[in-house]
Amino acid sequence: MKYAFYPGCSLDSSAREYRESTEIVAGDLGIEMEEIPEWICCGSTPAHMASKLLSVTLPAYNLVRARAMGVDGVVAPCASCYSRLKTANYRIAQSDDLKDKVERALGEPYEGDVPVYHVLEVLAMALDEGRLEGKLQTNLAGLKVAGYYGCLLVRPPEITGFDDAEDPQFLDRVTRAIGAEPVEWRHKVECCGAALAFTQTDVVLKLSGEILEDAQYSGAHVISVACPLCHSNLDLRQRDIEKYTGINLEIPVLYVTELLGLALGHSAGELGLKKHSINPIPALKRAGVKV
Amino acid sequence: MSDYDEAGSQKTGDPDFLDGIESMSGTSVRTCYQCGKCSAGCPVAYAMDLLPSQVMRLCQLGLKEEVLSSSTFWVCASCETCATRCPREIEIVSVMDALRQWATREGFVDRPREVPIFVSTFIKNLGWFGRLYEAALVGVYNLRSGHLAKDMDKAPEMLLKGKISIWPPKVRGRGEVRNIIKRVREIEKE
Amino acid sequence: MARVGVFVCHCGSNIAATVDVRTVAEAASHFPGVVHAVEYKYMCSDPGQKLIAEAIRKHELTGVVVAACSPRMHEPTFRRLVGKAGLNPFLVEMANIREHCSWVHDDRGEATAKSIETLRMLVEKVRRNSPLEEIRVPVTKRALVIGGGIAGIQAGLDLVSAGIETILVERSPSIGGKMAMLDETFPTLDCSQCILTPKMVEFSQHPLATIYTYAEVDSVSGYVGNFKVKIRQKAKSVDHVKCTACGLCIEKCPSKVPSEFDRELVDRKAIYVPFPQAVPDKPVIDREHCIWFSKGKCGVCKEVCPAEAIDYDDSDRVDEHEVGAIVVATGYDLIERSLYGEYGYGKLPDVIDGLQFERMCSASGPTGGRIVRPSDGEVPKTVVFIQCVGSRDDSKGRPYCSRICCMYTAKHSMLYKHKVHDGKAYIFYIDVRAGGKGYEEFVKRAVDEDRVVYLRGRVSRVYERDGTLFVKGADTLSGHQIEIRADLVVLATGVTSADGAKELAQKLRVGFDKYGFFTEAHPKLRPVETNTPGVFLAGACQAPKDIPDTVSQAGAAASKVLGLLSADELVREPLVARVNEDLCISCFACESVCPYGAPERVKRKDAVTGVEIEKAYVNPGVCEGCGACLPVCRPKAMDLMGFSDDQMYSEINALSEPFRVKGEGE
Repeated sequence: MKYAFYPGCSLDSSAREYRESTEIVAGDLGIEMEEIPEWICCGSTPAHMASKLLSVTLPAYNLVRARAMGVDGVVAPCASCYSRLKTANYRIAQSDDLKDKVERALGEPYEGDVPVYHVLEVLAMALDEGRLEGKLQTNLAGLKVAGYYGCLLVRPPEITGFDDAEDPQFLDRVTRAIGAEPVEWRHKVECCGAALAFTQTDVVLKLSGEILEDAQYSGAHVISVACPLCHSNLDLRQRDIEKYTGINLEIPVLYVTELLGLALGHSAGELGLKKHSINPIPALKRAGVKV
Repeated sequence: MSDYDEAGSQKTGDPDFLDGIESMSGTSVRTCYQCGKCSAGCPVAYAMDLLPSQVMRLCQLGLKEEVLSSSTFWVCASCETCATRCPREIEIVSVMDALRQWATREGFVDRPREVPIFVSTFIKNLGWFGRLYEAALVGVYNLRSGHLAKDMDKAPEMLLKGKISIWPPKVRGRGEVRNIIKRVREIEKE
Repeated sequence: MARVGVFVCHCGSNIAATVDVRTVAEAASHFPGVVHAVEYKYMCSDPGQKLIAEAIRKHELTGVVVAACSPRMHEPTFRRLVGKAGLNPFLVEMANIREHCSWVHDDRGEATAKSIETLRMLVEKVRRNSPLEEIRVPVTKRALVIGGGIAGIQAGLDLVSAGIETILVERSPSIGGKMAMLDETFPTLDCSQCILTPKMVEFSQHPLATIYTYAEVDSVSGYVGNFKVKIRQKAKSVDHVKCTACGLCIEKCPSKVPSEFDRELVDRKAIYVPFPQAVPDKPVIDREHCIWFSKGKCGVCKEVCPAEAIDYDDSDRVDEHEVGAIVVATGYDLIERSLYGEYGYGKLPDVIDGLQFERMCSASGPTGGRIVRPSDGEVPKTVVFIQCVGSRDDSKGRPYCSRICCMYTAKHSMLYKHKVHDGKAYIFYIDVRAGGKGYEEFVKRAVDEDRVVYLRGRVSRVYERDGTLFVKGADTLSGHQIEIRADLVVLATGVTSADGAKELAQKLRVGFDKYGFFTEAHPKLRPVETNTPGVFLAGACQAPKDIPDTVSQAGAAASKVLGLLSADELVREPLVARVNEDLCISCFACESVCPYGAPERVKRKDAVTGVEIEKAYVNPGVCEGCGACLPVCRPKAMDLMGFSDDQMYSEINALSEPFRVKGEGE
């Protein structure tokens, strides 16, 4: 399987660690990825808020280029990009009228019907294929991980369709596969506040605060995520949340690829762990992980 | 369908509004039977003036001014919890999008105003750079919204860690994005 | 030589206002084969009928066509009349110039021309009609009831008290069904077991009743009045004649299985009686979970049984019975637990369904009538009831209303308050459907007397933290999100067909919908019959319903059976398919398309070679005359009496040669 890699805008800046760790892990597991040349922003949430046509056309531009690369699918690490790309295909397939308009807006025919995967799906497939076997280097036994899926990874289920929308298991499967312990908790799919981080930050403080508090209550050492915006809300804003809620949280938030990278024997520096706002090293050490 | 507003003069429902919202959103609004499951699960409903199910009801009644003046669809986080659980399989998030677009078109008061400012800043940013230039996004947004110092406390940390670039992204396709935005606007005017 | 009489009816002004009936009759008098053609105001009236009868005798008619209303209206009338007048009843046809002409057209000229054409078609047909004799089949005066819940028991009781031998088959070890699981029933709060068990006992002791429990219907063949049923008595492994019901075996059995009757709130043993008032009250062994049968060890029950009633060598036995009619009363089940992940149904122990709550309320239930939390056995002080879980929900594939939940939830809330006086009960609803007699008043009692709080809105999610259940709902009437911290959550889960309903329907050749509910012959006018003659429906197997409606329906089904079995012979229309054996090539395509199983294979000796071959034969008692076999019969050996190929082609040919009245335009 060869994939077209669609990083998304945040992976070169605020989610730099996600890119670094994803590339390292893909390399280790033999997952072939090639970045889509000259990709553009998918539009994320603001595009669909502003215009349905725009929200479908921007991803379509990228899908057309991906298909032209002759790959088996597109892989996106960001849940929002994943959702927008997959939704674009879904909507265009539903309506000839929309397809027509998209082609006019693109100025080229829409040949973009290529399968879209999230990095988590691809990792799960790699697990099923046994690619992890014999590669685990770091002992993560005793590390308790709360898998946080967020919204767009699992909803709406008719578009995403790869994991259960109420009690998803993919992050937890990866956690188990690397020898760590997934934690049973209630906020797996509760919204972190997403893009309201800019416009209504207090909502994010409340919602993300509830997620962090439940993770802590459930005994997690760390939270694992698969979306840059979720990471930003839970990590970058954790200090603000502590001030807002008055609870001392200190729960590091790791990308699933960072966790996987640690298990595969890479150093915290290599994986970008030092770029987090909440330093994961102390919590990892406390859980008995050699890092 | 009519009601009385505070001044005692009658409000009239506009059936074209319901048809319009259904056509823009591409989903059936009239099939909503007001079960309230969307309102029950909405994580940000506490910050809205009307519940999502009340917004659906007002659309059904064609009470355009009342619904377009509410803050509900501006506050909506697009988390899709409502649409996933709706027993009538209504794409509620698309309805919220349609209401936002209609409200913008007709110049309704944006409450909170930060949301439409953010959306238009984001899109303009794409038009200029092809990909998101985060530093400019935050900077311009802060200026336009009047929250000049917002998140500035995070700036040093992020700069040091290389998590925000001072320079814009280099995308050859950025002219393309501007064209796409322009063409989309033209097509929508038709 | 055909001598056809044509009778054109005015039907008052129904036909005559649009169609020029005189012209039609005049035109018909010139049709080949027609010797007599008249018109009259009301053909179906006494004088009208006399007109026809006299004409038959006077003109020695060999065929009659009445141009009037739809045959669905008066075909039986005219058949009877013609029969009395000495002509075979199947030599009369009706040309529909009302529903198919005067009622749907305005133009007089066109309508008249169309009537003439229609009439001509039917005249051509009737010239080729052959006299047919009604088919008489004998009737076995015995009935089979499938399902031993209240529907089956009531139907059975009505049948045996009318003198009909009745066999009842129930697949679980005892009769009683879901009603036996209930505590108190709405709207009276009668004790369910107290009103049910007398009926169970009455039926089981009746001399005309035979009950099979722990048995299933293996196969059904035959046709109305003459069904052959194979009933498989599953091996009980206990001799019910020797057994004294002392219960020692059950006490000593080491194998535990979650109890179906108690909805997995407690375990039962592998050798068990489902509930104390079971009929029969003797145990059976569940071989799947029995250590002796699955692993070859144990054998304790046999050791301790004082009556030597345990029989490990018992095996399934298939009995064959002949019955004249079948009543299906297989009842319902609740929807699967995995459907509602957002409520933790199936994962959280303190989120239970309505039937589980019933078992807890029941004094003979797993908790001795105490309402407790399954997780820790504590008495819940705040209980939330959620209605419409798996009903009225397109997104879960269950768009219909389950009909009984609004009432039983009101009942549950009241039962809870009666037992836990200081407890708080909340019901999340969308509508309250209380249409039966005394139902609205019943719901009012819950609010007024028992202070139950109704909140209008669905619940989005239920999760558990620290032993408390967080219920996130809404009240749309006041416009608020509502969060309740509850100790117990009871879901009113959707009603669906009983497990295995679809497979049984196929054995019986009865229609069913996508939820497995059996299809009635007509939703309003024939609610207990199916499209398969001789098979009737009673109770929730047809659609969700409460006990009063179930009992009514059971009585209705029984009355249909009694009607069917009251005659010694069943008279059936002879408009059936027939095989010309000389043309039949034994491909049996007819067998594979027939929805009723009418084609049979009969052995014949080939006239030329003397080799024994099989030919198709249509059983006239089963055939419904649908005609599906005709197009698939390649050698055209199959023909339909009353609608033969010859007759049909003659009608088509008549249409394609427009008939002109002699002298017109020539």
